[in-house]
Amino acid sequence: MAFDSWQEAIWMGGYGFYVWLSFGVSLLAIGVLVVHGLLTRKKLATMAVQEKQRKQRLARRQQQERELRSATTE
Amino acid sequence: MWKWLHPYAKGEATYKLLGAWLPWLSGLAAVLMTVGLVWGLFYAPPDYQQGDSYRIIFIHVPAAMFSMGAYTGMAIAALIALVWQIRTAEWAIAAIAPVGAVLTFVALFTGAVWGKPMWGTWWEWDARLTSELILLFLYIGVLALYYAFNDARTGAKAAAILSLVGVVNVPIIHFSVYWWNSLHQGATITKFEKPSMPPEMLIPLLISIAGFLFLTAALVTQRLRNEILKQELHRPWAQQQLGVEVNHGV
Amino acid sequence: MNNASTWQLISCIMRRDLAVALRRRSDIINPLLFVVIVVTLFPLAVGPGPDILGRIATGVIWVAALLSALLGSERLFRDDFLDGSLEQLVLLPAPLPALALGKIIVHWLLSGLPLVILAPLCALLLKLPVDAWGVLMLTLLVGTPMLSAMTAVGAALTVSLGRGGALLSLLLLPLFIPLLIFAAAAVESTLVGTSAYGQVLLLAGLMLLTLTLAPLAVAAAIRVSVN
Repeated sequence: MAFDSWQEAIWMGGYGFYVWLSFGVSLLAIGVLVVHGLLTRKKLATMAVQEKQRKQRLARRQQQERELRSATTE
Repeated sequence: MWKWLHPYAKGEATYKLLGAWLPWLSGLAAVLMTVGLVWGLFYAPPDYQQGDSYRIIFIHVPAAMFSMGAYTGMAIAALIALVWQIRTAEWAIAAIAPVGAVLTFVALFTGAVWGKPMWGTWWEWDARLTSELILLFLYIGVLALYYAFNDARTGAKAAAILSLVGVVNVPIIHFSVYWWNSLHQGATITKFEKPSMPPEMLIPLLISIAGFLFLTAALVTQRLRNEILKQELHRPWAQQQLGVEVNHGV
Repeated sequence: MNNASTWQLISCIMRRDLAVALRRRSDIINPLLFVVIVVTLFPLAVGPGPDILGRIATGVIWVAALLSALLGSERLFRDDFLDGSLEQLVLLPAPLPALALGKIIVHWLLSGLPLVILAPLCALLLKLPVDAWGVLMLTLLVGTPMLSAMTAVGAALTVSLGRGGALLSLLLLPLFIPLLIFAAAAVESTLVGTSAYGQVLLLAGLMLLTLTLAPLAVAAAIRVSVN
């Protein structure tokens, strides 16, 4: 440990503000990138579910139309 | 090379391979960065000239290194995308560019904050900071071009060409900015790195650099996986990966 | 295919481009007027003292030249893209990079060369010492072909987008930085009484490099945009 106490470690010989500001903002920026990646994946999952539901609706509708058509021709 | 490369040119195989790598990459990144940064912050001795303010180096130098490394990586991906028409390489451009841009921002921000106690000003037209700023513009340009087109394929190819044009220009810009700086330099020039560093400072710096290497790799892997899923969303395997039941019947 | 027909094709395309561009003179004159107006604005903004103006003159003229290069850039490929002749260009039995170089040269003749001729007027307005005029014109003569070539790359990349104006400036301006630095330094060193030989040679080297590589990039970009 290069410092005698935690207070001194945070004070950083008077440079604490600059050191902690740069470390904080850097880690925040990297954190934002990580979270954005995770959120993108979540959004993709929602999109996949919606896509599947849309396909199901479409298939059901086509099925209904086919039934209707066969009923009218009979 | 083809035998090895070919299966990974397909989305699914690449996605799974990257998935196998991701925990290792992010684990190594977390461990090495924690060790390197905590060591640098609390255990490395203070600098005899700059006192404790030099500790910003443990984040500034790795970020600056990989901000440029990522651009090279992006240009290599662009070359592969254009020459061999491999779509995964096209998506890699979109995966690398945001990571590189954030690393560039980090290098720029820490450099500016470091400049305040060293030079007495938040922004100094220092050669290194100036070329990082230009690099940020280049990254933003690639990203803007990538997402400007309605057709994703066209956007990816245009961005690939731009990255290659950029990578030819980066050394020229770098050289010109350093030369310009040497013309106009005032009395405020301080070297960021000293020519020789004592091992008590060098070892945590090297650990931190290794940590940032794995961080960059992990972030790119994560984004590339997302990009593959996004482009292959209509395929059953991609839906399965996202937890959607397939072949459920109607 | 024999060489003669390739040359004929290229010169034919160049003559066509020249004829088309000369028919729409406002597209040529407006960027030049833009430069003159920007140059006029600066003394009004920073004051007409010769000490300030003389110091910033080179920078102002060069930045105005960069911005005016962006203004005239859409002319390069937009009309050809809209009426489909860009596709015909790709299909011609001549190497596309050579055709691209032809287009770059025509664009330079109509945008870069007039700027070189206009430079003394701008230098006069900004009270640049007369001994630096020659070097200023020389840097413009060597630098503007580079501007045309880089602009062609950007214009070819964004031609299929409806409006690429703001995007184009984002893509291109960072790439113009070395040009700006060396051109300004050449004039600066003349002003302080040293030789500008080295900087001008460096610019000439960069120009040759750009004119060699840019047509390849333009050709690749046209192929992407047309498909």
